[in-house]
Amino acid sequence: MSYIELTEIDAGYTKGLPILKDFHLKVEQGELVSLLGPSGCGKTTTLRTIAGFIMAEKGKVVVGGKDYTRLPPNKRNVGLVFQNYALFPHLNVFDNVAYGLRRRKVPKSDIPKKVGEVLKLVSLSGYEKRLPAQLSGGQRQRVALARSIVIQPDLLLLDEPLSNLDAKLREEMRAELSRLQHQIGITMIYVTHDQIEALSLSSRIVVMNEGNIEQIGPPEDIYERPATPFVARFVGFDNHIKGTLSSRSEGKTVVVIQGRKLVSTRALSASVKALNPGDPVEVFFRPDDTVLDDSELANTLPAAINFTNYQGYTTGYSLNTGGTSIRAVVPGKPCKDTGRLFVSIAPDKLIVEKC
Amino acid sequence: MKKSKLLIIITAVMFFFLLGPFVIIIMSSFSGDAIMKFPPRGFSLQWYRKVLNIEMFRTTFWVSLKIGLAATLTALLLGVPIAYANVRYRYAGKSLVELIFSSPAIVPGLVIGFSLLRFFIYVTQIPIIIGLYLGHTAILFPYTVRVVSASLRNFDMGVEEAAVSLGSSPLHAFFAVVFPNIKSGIAAAFILAFITSFNNVPISLFLTGPGVATLPIQMLIYMEYYYDPTISALSSIIIVLTVLVVQGAERLLGISKYM
Repeated sequence: MSYIELTEIDAGYTKGLPILKDFHLKVEQGELVSLLGPSGCGKTTTLRTIAGFIMAEKGKVVVGGKDYTRLPPNKRNVGLVFQNYALFPHLNVFDNVAYGLRRRKVPKSDIPKKVGEVLKLVSLSGYEKRLPAQLSGGQRQRVALARSIVIQPDLLLLDEPLSNLDAKLREEMRAELSRLQHQIGITMIYVTHDQIEALSLSSRIVVMNEGNIEQIGPPEDIYERPATPFVARFVGFDNHIKGTLSSRSEGKTVVVIQGRKLVSTRALSASVKALNPGDPVEVFFRPDDTVLDDSELANTLPAAINFTNYQGYTTGYSLNTGGTSIRAVVPGKPCKDTGRLFVSIAPDKLIVEKC
Repeated sequence: MKKSKLLIIITAVMFFFLLGPFVIIIMSSFSGDAIMKFPPRGFSLQWYRKVLNIEMFRTTFWVSLKIGLAATLTALLLGVPIAYANVRYRYAGKSLVELIFSSPAIVPGLVIGFSLLRFFIYVTQIPIIIGLYLGHTAILFPYTVRVVSASLRNFDMGVEEAAVSLGSSPLHAFFAVVFPNIKSGIAAAFILAFITSFNNVPISLFLTGPGVATLPIQMLIYMEYYYDPTISALSSIIIVLTVLVVQGAERLLGISKYM
């Protein structure tokens, strides 16, 4: 039995119209699992079902051997961190952090010690008397973290906790979260739409789409070997071109696009394995997995430049190949447009999917 | 430049029409004359002395105060939960409840309702003072529900959920976390509702009866018999008290953003 088990869950905001349908998820103790997906994919619904703010219409929620399914949220021992911090505006940092301890009837004499310890953990010692309004965004989120871990919850749920912070602070807080997770070994479920956050923090990532799980796996699996076209697009395989399947042999797939043969050496999904030569397919590749040259290399398509976009270290290109527009990101300054340009993609960077 | 000159003129005219009557009332209350005239002649405090000695004003002042306080507290006790339910939840018949409780636009229509209430009182024989209290409570709902709703909408629901996830029951979360943060909204609602009740004439007219009157009704009756600056003095006292209360609440709680 896993530490967290969601089984056959139907849940949503309107009765009879569940966002999650027959949803299953297992999380082991000490894991940090990210729920990744676009808005409306059901990741927040999943989180709120675990927290108890949404009661599952069907199915079972078990955390640490306890049946959570019918338990109201205040009886579940769950820490929650919100995108907009949700600190108590009228209470100072100390009272914010002590709130859960007082609700749990922790002896009065133990509270200052526990609050002090957890504030030290989030590097906010000395801020006890400040009100939330007197703190920066990053500090507020640390208080929110401290407030939810001081109660020693069965698990910590984080709902896009870094999206209100600016880029630099977000990176800092990411490192801090990672450190905290290793230090206290708490099980975390982390909702985000930011793939970099998910990739850098998680032990496993759950990619969700329209209430369903598209793929579960460690970050490298998700990034390198997306299992479905949706995941491929979501993790940056932005370019997709239609073609026809030409041949398929062990470890080598050939696709014909604009009369040219393109080779992919990547493992195929079951749906592609079922196809026959001549069937329509789609190839996916990342803008930064391309090479541009004015001579024809292997695995190449001719292209014309729509416009270039100088970004310093790299240059972005908007290209047109046989009527399909694609993007390429290549290190260096923009190349001279001689009217003769080829874009080539390494065989192990090309995904073939059913069209 | 031309435009701003026009703006200044319009503003001045606005202020003149808004504040002019107050100036006239306050000036005439210090009149040395025995009849109301503007500009007043002479200066005296006799009208203030007189108004404090008229017993019917004193008794009706207490009636107005008691009804105002009781009706305001009732409208708040019922209005806060109604506002909370409307802001936080979706339920069947919500728009009807919103229409009934938060739209002052339908208040004039209530006058008809009060003729009916008058009939109700006649039939059931409930005391006049209770009728006044019920009527005033009804007209105060829009003020309490609207103002409290506004401050609840400004308050992040996540904060309440955070309290619940930390172990508070929904009721405890309301008193520990929501209430302290909508205090000034509730104070604003209290003051607005109380002043509305204290100054109300039309509803009270329907519901007062032999032996019982509110202060504004008593003033109206007095004016029908005596046309002297006593009423100006009384009005001036009420104006000053109102300004003091509102100013004090603004200083302490910053209520102006809810009004």
